[in-house]
Amino acid sequence: MACITPDGKLTERAKQILETLIKEGCKTEEEIASLVNRPLFQVRSSIREMVEAGVLERKEERVCITDKGREVYELGKD
Amino acid sequence: MSEERMEQQVFSLPRLGEPAPAFEAQTTMGPIKFPEDFKGRWVVLFSHPADFTPVCTTEFIVFAKYYEEFQKRNCDIIGLSVDSVFSHIAWVRNIEEKTGQKIPFPIIADHMAQVAQKYGMIHPAQSNTFTVRAVFVIDDKGILRAMIYYPLTTGRNIREILRLVDALQTADKHGVATPADWVPEPQTWEFTEENTKVIVPPPTTTEDAQRRLQEGYECTDWYLCKKKI
Repeated sequence: MACITPDGKLTERAKQILETLIKEGCKTEEEIASLVNRPLFQVRSSIREMVEAGVLERKEERVCITDKGREVYELGKD
Repeated sequence: MSEERMEQQVFSLPRLGEPAPAFEAQTTMGPIKFPEDFKGRWVVLFSHPADFTPVCTTEFIVFAKYYEEFQKRNCDIIGLSVDSVFSHIAWVRNIEEKTGQKIPFPIIADHMAQVAQKYGMIHPAQSNTFTVRAVFVIDDKGILRAMIYYPLTTGRNIREILRLVDALQTADKHGVATPADWVPEPQTWEFTEENTKVIVPPPTTTEDAQRRLQEGYECTDWYLCKKKI
């Protein structure tokens, strides 16, 4: 998975996306890719997984962090 | 996939002007879903026969060199072979270690040849297991716009692929066609002495690999040595 490591931790990419959405609020996929400085395809792949996991949610064109996402981010912080 | 099963599956080759076949795959940059993850972007999808082989290595180095030029054209690059993701990772790390060139685009680990079959990348007269050097240019609407096939022995001209993307985008934007040898602007691209060198077939035993670096060739690593002819 692109957002969870084999030992069950958040990947660096997932942490970056969650942190960005906590700081910046809801954003489009393109805006997130620009803010985390990663290719759009990679960000879309991560967002898809995190939406399926209930960590993120789509609101029209934008992607937002959920309450569960905030909890997961706090738990995953070093 | 067994040979028997491969024989049972019949895939029609992709055709120009039709939607490029969809797939999901594991890559060196994580899982991808095509075309969803590339919506609104042009894509150059290319296959290579195998990791740690000399011609493929030179192609990857040049693709990486022109990566930013492709990006300027709203175009992503995706590599593919039937090797595992671990082999891909070892290979791109080796390329960076030996040449300083990072590979900034994903490489699909298509070890079951599922994507290769959909795109007609395996040509049995060339090899039953390796993918040939195929290139697919797919536009921002997911339509297959161009295909190029090269045999195992012949490295591609990456500048030609860039020129092809330019020509297709220019045709779309201006409603025109482009003539032979068309370029978007006078090019400063030149071929140098380096472009005239050829690749020495790589050694196939550890003993020969050990010896190769002492044989007087210009070697980047044991599997990539060049000479003048």
